[in-house]
Amino acid sequence: MKNAFMGIDVGSISTKGTIIDENDRILCGEYLYTKGDPLEAVKKLLRLLEARFDAENYRIVAIGTTGSARKLIGAVLNAAVIKNEITAHAVGTTNIHPDVRTIFEIGGQDSKIIILRNGVVTDYAMNTLCAAGTGAFISNQAARLDIRVEDFGGIALRSTDPTPIAARCTVFAESDLVHKLQIGCSKEDIAAGLCRAIVLNYLNNVAKGKKIEPPVVFQGGVSKNIGVVKAFENETGYPVIVDENGHLAGAWGAAILARRAGIIRPFDFRITDVELKITGKSCGRCANNCEVICVYREGALVDSWGNRCERGSVTA
Amino acid sequence: MDKKNTVKKKVSFSQFGHYNVLFEYFITHGLDQEYVVPPAITKRTMELGNRHSPDFVCSPFKFTLGCFLEAIEAGADTLVQVGGVVACRLKYYGALQEKIIKDLGYDITFVNLANADREHPLSFLSLIRMLNPDYSLPKILHTGVTVLAMLEALDRTQARLNRNVGFEVKDGDYDRAFGRFLQRLRQADNNVFAVLRIYGRTKKEMEAIPVEIPDDPIRIAMIGEYYTVMDDYSSHNIEKKMAKYGMYVERWMNVSNTLVHYSAPKRRKVIKDYVKYDMGVTTTSNIGFALDCAKRGFDGIIHLKSFGCTPEIDAMPVLRNICSDYDVPILFFSFDCQNADTGIETRLEAFYDMIKMKKENGKEKRK
Repeated sequence: MKNAFMGIDVGSISTKGTIIDENDRILCGEYLYTKGDPLEAVKKLLRLLEARFDAENYRIVAIGTTGSARKLIGAVLNAAVIKNEITAHAVGTTNIHPDVRTIFEIGGQDSKIIILRNGVVTDYAMNTLCAAGTGAFISNQAARLDIRVEDFGGIALRSTDPTPIAARCTVFAESDLVHKLQIGCSKEDIAAGLCRAIVLNYLNNVAKGKKIEPPVVFQGGVSKNIGVVKAFENETGYPVIVDENGHLAGAWGAAILARRAGIIRPFDFRITDVELKITGKSCGRCANNCEVICVYREGALVDSWGNRCERGSVTA
Repeated sequence: MDKKNTVKKKVSFSQFGHYNVLFEYFITHGLDQEYVVPPAITKRTMELGNRHSPDFVCSPFKFTLGCFLEAIEAGADTLVQVGGVVACRLKYYGALQEKIIKDLGYDITFVNLANADREHPLSFLSLIRMLNPDYSLPKILHTGVTVLAMLEALDRTQARLNRNVGFEVKDGDYDRAFGRFLQRLRQADNNVFAVLRIYGRTKKEMEAIPVEIPDDPIRIAMIGEYYTVMDDYSSHNIEKKMAKYGMYVERWMNVSNTLVHYSAPKRRKVIKDYVKYDMGVTTTSNIGFALDCAKRGFDGIIHLKSFGCTPEIDAMPVLRNICSDYDVPILFFSFDCQNADTGIETRLEAFYDMIKMKKENGKEKRK
C-alpha cells in the first residue's frame, strides 16, 4: 500500500481536485463547476475522484485545501493543510515548471500575478476591489454577443482589426460594447477587442509595477481562452505557456503542501454519504452582529468561526 | 465665580485608536466638562456613518461621523473634530460633518478645530470658549502638560505591546496589561509624576510577561494613512493578525511621533533621492520610514490606506521604487466599509508564506 495525497481547490466558479503520489505525480484529477454550492460540488468531485482512484494500491493519508472555500472544505474534510491560493498555485506551478519566473492567473472572480525567482515567490499581487477583467466579465460579454464562452477565443482569433474597448470597469466596457455593435463592428473584432481589453486591464492594474520575465505561465479558467493567450503574447512580447493541467495547479499545490506537512490524517471516501450541515447565524450579542459559521457532521459540531470576540464563540 | 451651578456640557470626540482616553482626561480635568465616551466602533457605527456620508469620501470620514451619531445617542451635546495642520480632505471633515449632523435635526454644538488659525494660537481660545466660557487658562495649561505626558506614555506602551504581543506565551496577557494601563490613565492624578509612575508600573508588568521571541523573526514595517493605520477596526486588526503569524511589526506612526517628535526637513533630506516635493499629510514621513526600514534589512512593508486617500496613492509609486531598489516586498491594502475578512487573510497569509520561503531559501544559500 502506497501513500497518496489529495488536494482540493474550491473556487468561486469551479472546483478542482487531484490525487498525487509520494513523488508529486498526479494519479488522477477532476474538475467541475461549483454552481454556488461548494459543499455539494466537493461531494460530487470526491465521487468522480473515487471512481478513478486506485484504492487497491494507494491510500489517501492527508488532504490539502485551497481556494476561496478552503476553510469550510478543510473543516469538513479534516484537512492537514489549509492554504491560500497564491501559495498553492506557486507550489503547484513550480512543480510543473521549475524555472517559471512569472505566473498569470485569471479565475472566475479574481486575478493575480506571481513573480518567482529561483523557484521562490518574490512578489505577487491580486486584483483589489471588483471582478473587472476576470472570467465572470468574459462570461457576461459572451452572453451579450450570443457566443458560447468556449468558442469565444477562437472567434476572437479570426479578427484582423480588434475594436478598442475599455476594460477598466464592466459597466464602461458594456456601454463601449453596445456602442461598437451599433456602429457595425463585427463580432470577431469585438471579441478580439475584449480579449485585448482584459489583457490591458490585467497588465495595467494587477501587474502594475511588476517585472514580467519569461518563462511566463498562464493559468486559471481564462487561460483556456486562446484569444486572451494570444493577446498576452502580443502585449508582453513573450511566449505564454498554457498547460493542459494548468487548471489543476492550485489543487496540485495543495496536495504537495499536504505531503510536505507530514501530518497523517487518513481519509475515507465514505464522507460523501455523511450528512454535513453548515449554518451561518448572526451572533446578536453586540452591534457587530458577527456572522458565525458552524459546520456540523452528522449533527455534531466540527468547527466554527467568524466571531470577532469570545462572546460569539460556539462550542460543542 | 461659582461654576458648579452651570450645567456641564456633554462633550464627545470620535473613537480613534486609544486616544479617546487622553481627550476625556483633558475635557474632564482641564475644562471641567462631562465627557461622553463614544461606543466602541461596530458594524452599526460603520453603517450609520456610511448612510449619511458622500459615497466616495475616505472611510475615516464615515467612521468618525458614525461615532458622532452614536455619541449623540449616548447623550453628547457637544462634538469636537480635528483638522488644521494637514493638507487633505481631513480639513473639510468638520465643516461637512457639522452640516450633515445639523441637517439630520440634531441640536448640538460642533467645535471644529480646523477653524483655528495655526499662526495665531489665541484663536484656539475662542474654540475653548465654546466648550467652557469660564475656562481657567492655568488649569488648561497644567492639564495640557499632564495629557502630553500621557500621550508619550500611551504611545510608548502601545509600541511595546505591538512589538511583543505576537510572541506572548499565553494569549491575551499583553492586552490585559494594556487594558489595566488605560484604566489607570483614566483615574490618574493631574500631574506628570503620576503619569510617569503609571508608565513605569505598566512597563514592569509588561516586561514580566513571558514571551518567546525567535532568533531571526520576520520583520515588517507598517505604514499608511493616519487613521486607518492607528485604528484597529478600520484596519481589520491587521497589526494583531500579523503579530499572531509570528511577525515582528514596527509602526512608527502614532500621534506623538507625528506631532511632537517629527522633523519634516530631516525626513525630506533622507528621501531626497526619491522625492522632490511633499505630497501632503503623512506621505513624507511614510516614505522616510519605509526607506529607513528597507535600509535596516526589514523583510517586508505593509501599506494601509482608506480607499481613495489621494496623498497615500501618490506615495505608492515611490514606495514601489524603494522596494525594488532594496528588494523588499510590499503589500498594499485599500479599505472602505467592507466587512469580509477572507480576502485580507488570503493576501496576508500569502505575504507571510512568501517572506518565510524567501528567508529560508536565503539561509540555505548562505550555508
